[in-house]
Amino acid sequence: MAETAAGPDQFTGATPDNALRNAERADGPMLAADGTPLKASLARSLRRQKIRAFLLVLPLLVFVLVTFIAPIVDMLWRSVENDIVSETLPRTVVALDGWEGEDLPGEEVFVALARDMNVAVERKNHTRLGTRLNYETTGMSSLFRRSGRGMDEIGEPTMEQFIALDAAWEEPATWVALMADPDWIERQAEWAAAEDRGAEPRFRLNGAVEAALPQTADIYGAFARTAQVEDEDSPTEEEPWPVVYQALASDLAALEALPEDLPADTARLLSQARDAIAGFTPEDVRAAFLDLNEDWGDLEVWGTIEAFSDPLTAGYFLAAADLQLTPQGIERQPEDQRIYGTLFLRTLWMSLLITGSCILLGYPVAWLLANLPMRTANVLMILVLLPFWTSLLVRTSAWKVLLQQQGVINDILVWSGLLSDGNRLVMINNATGTIIAMTHILLPFMILPLYSVMKTIDPSYLRAAKSLGATNTTAFWRVYFPLSVPGIGAGSILVFILAIGYYITPELVGGTKGVFISNRIAFHISSSLNWGLAAALGTILLAVVLLLYWLYDRLVGIDNVKLGG
Amino acid sequence: MSALPPYATTPQKIWFYGFRVICGLIFFFLIAPILVIIPLSFNAQDFFTFTPEMLALDPDGYSLKHYEDFFTNNEWQSALWNSLKIAPMATLIAVALGTLAAIGLSQSHVPFRGAIMAMLISPMIVPLIISAAGMYFFYSRIGLQGTYTGVVLAHAALGIPFVIITVTATLVGFDRSLTRAAANLGAGPVRTFFKVQMPLILPGVVSGGLFAFITSFDEVVVVLFVGSAGQTTLPWQMFTGLREQISPTILAAATILVSVSIVLLTILEMLRRRSERLRGMSPG
Repeated sequence: MAETAAGPDQFTGATPDNALRNAERADGPMLAADGTPLKASLARSLRRQKIRAFLLVLPLLVFVLVTFIAPIVDMLWRSVENDIVSETLPRTVVALDGWEGEDLPGEEVFVALARDMNVAVERKNHTRLGTRLNYETTGMSSLFRRSGRGMDEIGEPTMEQFIALDAAWEEPATWVALMADPDWIERQAEWAAAEDRGAEPRFRLNGAVEAALPQTADIYGAFARTAQVEDEDSPTEEEPWPVVYQALASDLAALEALPEDLPADTARLLSQARDAIAGFTPEDVRAAFLDLNEDWGDLEVWGTIEAFSDPLTAGYFLAAADLQLTPQGIERQPEDQRIYGTLFLRTLWMSLLITGSCILLGYPVAWLLANLPMRTANVLMILVLLPFWTSLLVRTSAWKVLLQQQGVINDILVWSGLLSDGNRLVMINNATGTIIAMTHILLPFMILPLYSVMKTIDPSYLRAAKSLGATNTTAFWRVYFPLSVPGIGAGSILVFILAIGYYITPELVGGTKGVFISNRIAFHISSSLNWGLAAALGTILLAVVLLLYWLYDRLVGIDNVKLGG
Repeated sequence: MSALPPYATTPQKIWFYGFRVICGLIFFFLIAPILVIIPLSFNAQDFFTFTPEMLALDPDGYSLKHYEDFFTNNEWQSALWNSLKIAPMATLIAVALGTLAAIGLSQSHVPFRGAIMAMLISPMIVPLIISAAGMYFFYSRIGLQGTYTGVVLAHAALGIPFVIITVTATLVGFDRSLTRAAANLGAGPVRTFFKVQMPLILPGVVSGGLFAFITSFDEVVVVLFVGSAGQTTLPWQMFTGLREQISPTILAAATILVSVSIVLLTILEMLRRRSERLRGMSPG
C-alpha cells in the first residue's frame, strides 16, 4: 500500500493515504483520516450514532411518559396515598399519638379536634374527610357533617366570659393588636389606606406573643390565614372563632409573664384577663362534643381516625382484599360486605371459561385453515379477520340483539318448536351472556396465533406417524398436538389477559351476575367516587396482567405478537 | 386433508365431513352476529328481530328510516363528527412520533432498548380500564380531563404501540446500505429519509396508521373517562344507546362501522400482498 501512495498526489492534510502514511511513520496507534487515533474516532462516531438514535426515540418517549406512564404512576400512588386525615386534622393526629384505644381519648384530644374542625369547617374540608372515613366506618360522613354545624358552640361559654369581663374582647381590632406583628399592622394600615390595592399583606404573628401564648397563636394564626385565603376577608374585620377564646383561656392559666412591648390598652386587657382567669368556669370540650353528637363517644370512630392518620395507608388494598384496618389490627370484613374476593374469583373463573371455549372453538378452525390449500384458506381467513376488525361495540350490540328474550335466537328456537313461547331462554344480563359474547369477541385472538404455529408443523410428521402404524388418534395426540402446544399457550395467555381486563362487554351484557372486576373499578371512579379503592383494585389487576405478560414473554416472546395482518 | 382419498373408509368419510360441518358451524358463529345486524338495520319497525314481513321478503318490511335517523339526529351526527375529529388527529400524532422512534429503535446501539421498547408497548398491554382510570386521575390533575386535547393525547398513546410494532417489523427487511448509498451520493439525512427510506417503509407506516386509526375510532373505555359530553364519540354514543335507551339506530350505525372495517381490511390486505410481492414471495 505504501507503493501506491507514493504516486504523484500532492494533497496535504486529511486524506486516507496520508493517514496511512502517518500511521506507518509514527509507530503509535492507528490514525483516522483526520489524524486522530482510529479508536477514539470510532468511539466518537459510535457515540454520535447512539445519540442520534436516541434523539429520534426521545420525542415519543417523552410523549408516552407524560400521556401514559405518568397516569399509571398516579394511579399506583393514589392506591396508598392518604394524607387527608393528617392534613385536615393535624392537631388531633398529634394529640392522638400514644392513645391506646382502650378508653375514650382525653380532653386534650377533643380540644385539638375542636380547633381542627373549626379550620376544616371554614375551608369546607370536613365533609370530604367524612366521606373518606365513611369508606372505612359507616356513619362517619354524617358525624362530620352534623358536627361541622355545631362548631360555633365550642368555646362559646369561654367567649361569653371574656366579653363579660370587657366588651373590647368582642372587637377584631383587640385581637389584631394582641396577636399581630407590629410590622404587619403598619403594612396593613398602609394597604387599607391605598386607593388601588391588591391583596392584603399576608398575616404575620407577633413573635413574643407566640412564645407566651402558644395555643392561642396557633389557632389565631390558622383563623387569620383562613379568613384571608378562604373568605378573602381581613382578620381586622372578623371576630375570631369561639375556640380561639378557649385557647386563650388555657394559655392564660399557664402564663408566667405577660409578653413585653404590647400596646398599653392590650397589656391592660390581658393582665386583667389573667387575673380573672382563675374565676372562669372551665369549659369541658369533650362533654360539649358528646353533647353535639354521641358518636364521638364511640371508640370505633376514634379507632378509625387513628388507624388512618398515617399519610400512607394500606387501607385501600386491605379493602380490596375484603379486609379492614381496625384499632385492633387487620380483620376480615363482615360476611355481608365481602365482595371483592368473590369478584376477583369470578373474573378469573369466567376468563378461564372464555379461554377454554376459545381453545375448543379455535383449534379445529386453525387446523382447517393451516391444512387447506392457500387460496381457500385465505378466503376463509376473511371470516376470522372481519370480526377481528369490526368494532367491539358492533359485536356487543349484535349479541345484545341476538340473545334478548325477544331476540333472534329465541325467535328461531320458538319457531322451530324446540322451545315453547312461555319459556324463552334468559341468555343476557347474566354470566352466560358475558361468556358467549366475549368468546366470540376474543376467538380471533386465539385462532391467529394457533394458525401461525400450525402453519409451521410439517404434515409429513403425521404421515410418518401413520406409516409407522399409529392410528389417527394416536398420531394426533402423540405427534401433532404436542407440536401445537406453543400456539395454544400463546393464544390462551393472550385471550386470558384480554378477558380479565374487559369492561365494555360485561357492562352491557353481564347484568349483575356477569360483571368483572373492571366494572367495579369503573363504578368506584364514576359513581361511588372512592378513587383510592378504584386505584387499589386497578393496581392488583395490573399486577396480575403484568405477571401474565412476563410469562407470555418467557414462553413466546413479546416480539412475536402478530397483528393478524 | 386437502381432499378425501378414494380409498377412505366410511368412518373416515364421516369424520372428514363431520369435521368440516363443525368448522362450518364455528365460522358461522364468528360471522353470523355481524351479518345478522345488517338486514335488521333495514327493519321498517322499531324491533330488534325479524318481522314476518321481512322474512317474507316483502319490500314494505324494509326501510331506510334508521339510516335517516342516523344522518339527521343531532346526537348521532355530533358523535360521528367527534369521532372524525379525534381519530385522524390521534393517528397523525401516533404515526409521526411512532415512525421516528421506530427508525431510531431499529438502529444498532440504542441505549436501554429493552426498557424503552417495553415502555412504548405498554399502552397495548395494560388493560384499557386501568389506562382509563390512570388517565382520568392524572388528566384531572393537569386540567386535560374533559377536553378535546386530552382525548386526542390519550388515543394517540393507545395507538403508538401498533405503529411501533408494524414499522419496526417493516424495518427488519430494510436494507441499510441503501441509506448509506444515498448519503454517499450527497443526500442529507432528511432527503435520504423522504426519498429513499420512507417510500420503502410506507406500507408498514400506513398499516400502523390504520391500526392507530381503528384503535381510536373504536375506542370507548378511555374516552368515557377522559372525555366529557362534548367529546361523545360514535362508540360512546352506541354504548349509551345500548345501556339506556336502546334504539334501532344503533344497528344502522353498526352497519356503517362494519362497512368501514371491510374497507380497512381490504386496504390492509392489499398492502400485505404488495409488501410480500416486493420481498419476492408468492402472493398469498
